[in-house]
Amino acid sequence: MIPAFSRPWLFLAVGLAWFFLLLWPLLGIHADGTLTFDKSFQVWIRVAVAATIFVGLRQLNKAGAFNYITRPLAKVRESGQSAASLIPKPVWILLALAVALAYPQFTGRYAQDVAVSVLVYVCLGLGLNVVVGLAGLLDLGYIAFYGVGAYTYALLSVHYGVPFWLCLPIAAMLASLAGCIIGYPTLRMRGDYLAIVTLGFGEIIRIILNNWMELTNGPNGILGIEAPSMIVPDFEDGLGFEFISLRKLQYLYYVVLFLAVFTIVAVHRLNFSRIGRAWEAIREDETAAELMGVNTFLLKLLAYAMGAVFGGLAGAFFAARMRFVSPESFTFLESAMVLAMVVLGGLGSIPGVILGALALVALPEVFRGFELYRMLAFGGAMTLMMLVRPAGLWPAKRMGRRSEEAE
Amino acid sequence: MDFFIQQFVNGITLGGVYALVALGYTMVYGIIQLINFAHGEFFAAGGYVGVILLSFLAAHGIMDTHPWLGLGIALLLTMGYCAMLAMAVEKIAYKPLRQSSRLAVLLSALGMSIFLQNGLMLTQGVYDKAYPIGFTAGGWDFGNVRISLMQVLILGLTAILLVALNALVFRTNIGKAMRATAQDKVMSALVGIDSNRIIALTFAIGAALAAAAGILVGLYYGSVRYDMGFVPGIKAFAAAVLGGVGNITGAMLGGFIIGMVEIMAAAYIPHGGEYKDVFAFIILIAVLYFMPTGIMGENVDDTRV
Repeated sequence: MIPAFSRPWLFLAVGLAWFFLLLWPLLGIHADGTLTFDKSFQVWIRVAVAATIFVGLRQLNKAGAFNYITRPLAKVRESGQSAASLIPKPVWILLALAVALAYPQFTGRYAQDVAVSVLVYVCLGLGLNVVVGLAGLLDLGYIAFYGVGAYTYALLSVHYGVPFWLCLPIAAMLASLAGCIIGYPTLRMRGDYLAIVTLGFGEIIRIILNNWMELTNGPNGILGIEAPSMIVPDFEDGLGFEFISLRKLQYLYYVVLFLAVFTIVAVHRLNFSRIGRAWEAIREDETAAELMGVNTFLLKLLAYAMGAVFGGLAGAFFAARMRFVSPESFTFLESAMVLAMVVLGGLGSIPGVILGALALVALPEVFRGFELYRMLAFGGAMTLMMLVRPAGLWPAKRMGRRSEEAE
Repeated sequence: MDFFIQQFVNGITLGGVYALVALGYTMVYGIIQLINFAHGEFFAAGGYVGVILLSFLAAHGIMDTHPWLGLGIALLLTMGYCAMLAMAVEKIAYKPLRQSSRLAVLLSALGMSIFLQNGLMLTQGVYDKAYPIGFTAGGWDFGNVRISLMQVLILGLTAILLVALNALVFRTNIGKAMRATAQDKVMSALVGIDSNRIIALTFAIGAALAAAAGILVGLYYGSVRYDMGFVPGIKAFAAAVLGGVGNITGAMLGGFIIGMVEIMAAAYIPHGGEYKDVFAFIILIAVLYFMPTGIMGENVDDTRV
């Protein structure tokens, strides 16, 4: 038998040999009939060094070589946590809100830009959280509602000059209507069938946006969408009103912050209402919930509609912020991103989803220097995160397992 | 009428490709109940390794002297390559998550899909890569209907692989072990079946089939792209669901239905070409609405893999 301490090294060696076999044909065989080794070896040696260091550190950690660092750190974290729990929750929330409000005052344009996308994804993630996290309906086509919201505002603004604030409820309404249309035929399905059908619906909406030239201008998209505007009182000569367009990023930041706070409050209220409890009951065991008198049909449909509302709001803002929409922005990859945020942060947990959005938007920004490797790192990180923390960064307190999953 | 027969032939050809990819989905789903999102990437990787090997062989003149031998070598090597890739992916991304929630595995699979797609892009470039196709240019004319050599090749190879897979699953001990593992992992482990090995093998076989489909599609359309795996991957999964996931016959049937619907919609419905993917999904939704477990039903007896 192999001694236990050398098994990871053996595994590493086999893994690296395997990796070289997979890598070499892609880089080493050329169309002109030559074989080379240097390029694939260069890539391989980097990965090999990184993997060896990783395994080495892990082995040392297991052997207890880092105890003098990790033990005090764990202690600090524990005492920090107990100190944090002393301060009541509302104080933390107010503190977070104050930081969010002051944020544009001491940051530059780039940081604000990142913050705006984080907040958009917070809205989207929380909306999807209603569907996946609370009601337990796996939705892989969620981005379609974002698209519906964006195109609603884009079309109304370009053709009829309808202002942003009036469009918000319209976009939310149309998105929730789309949610009902998509939700209705899927109500009888469960699990993976539901996933593939919602994915299909998402693709259908994207293909329609891409091909209905008369309405959506196809792949070219719609240009010239108005930024949100606002009427502010003006006291200079008597009482007058001034009409300003919120084009500056700083103003847009406050608009989306307002939307995100609205979404957070709404999702929180939904979660702790009778409806939210019923959703959770459906998530944990649909049959039992139905037996206990929960109207599963209506509530599942409502979950779709409510989730779509927040997607629609975020979509309308997205159109107003970019002032341009095209079907490119509503691909399956975006749905996957939002789902990743929800699961990574912790299903059904509001702070978790916020954290997830922050992590997944910030991570590719960190890798901006290696533009090419961004998505590679993103995919790898997604898998790695699931391996390390499958329950999410900040798991919800009440979370069971779906009955049909239990073995 | 000739037009219809021509479209029918085209539909069967495309359906055969979808069926090959769908089989991998359905086998993996049958055995560990996981939507393997990275499966479409095995298809793309197969297309790429195929073009690399065929160009290499063509540069050495083998494709001119022994074209069928060259194609056979490329096909076998590509299938082996993708089987290895699938086993690596399974070991890294799925095996540690056996006990976790379904969503965690699903996301891990999505992450792997993005990773592999970008890996292909980084090593092979963002542009289309052309297949050396000179040797498969032949064909036969029946009145106004033309059946190309490539179509015969695709159908023939699909048929061979399907028969081989059927024999493997239903006639060998390995197949018996696979069916047993699909039915009850704990019990089959108790009677001495190494379920980890069987699962890895299932991944490898599924990926090999997808790789074969990748080469065939590359030859058929003449070129490959790094992101070509996504749409056929989804459609193949739709095909697997359509037939009832976990059901091998169902997956084949679903593949042929999706291929046929797509071709017929493109041929007979105005603007059908632009919306062909929509029709595939509408059929899927309609079938699932009336038969929530697919056409053949979700198999729970011992024919499931």
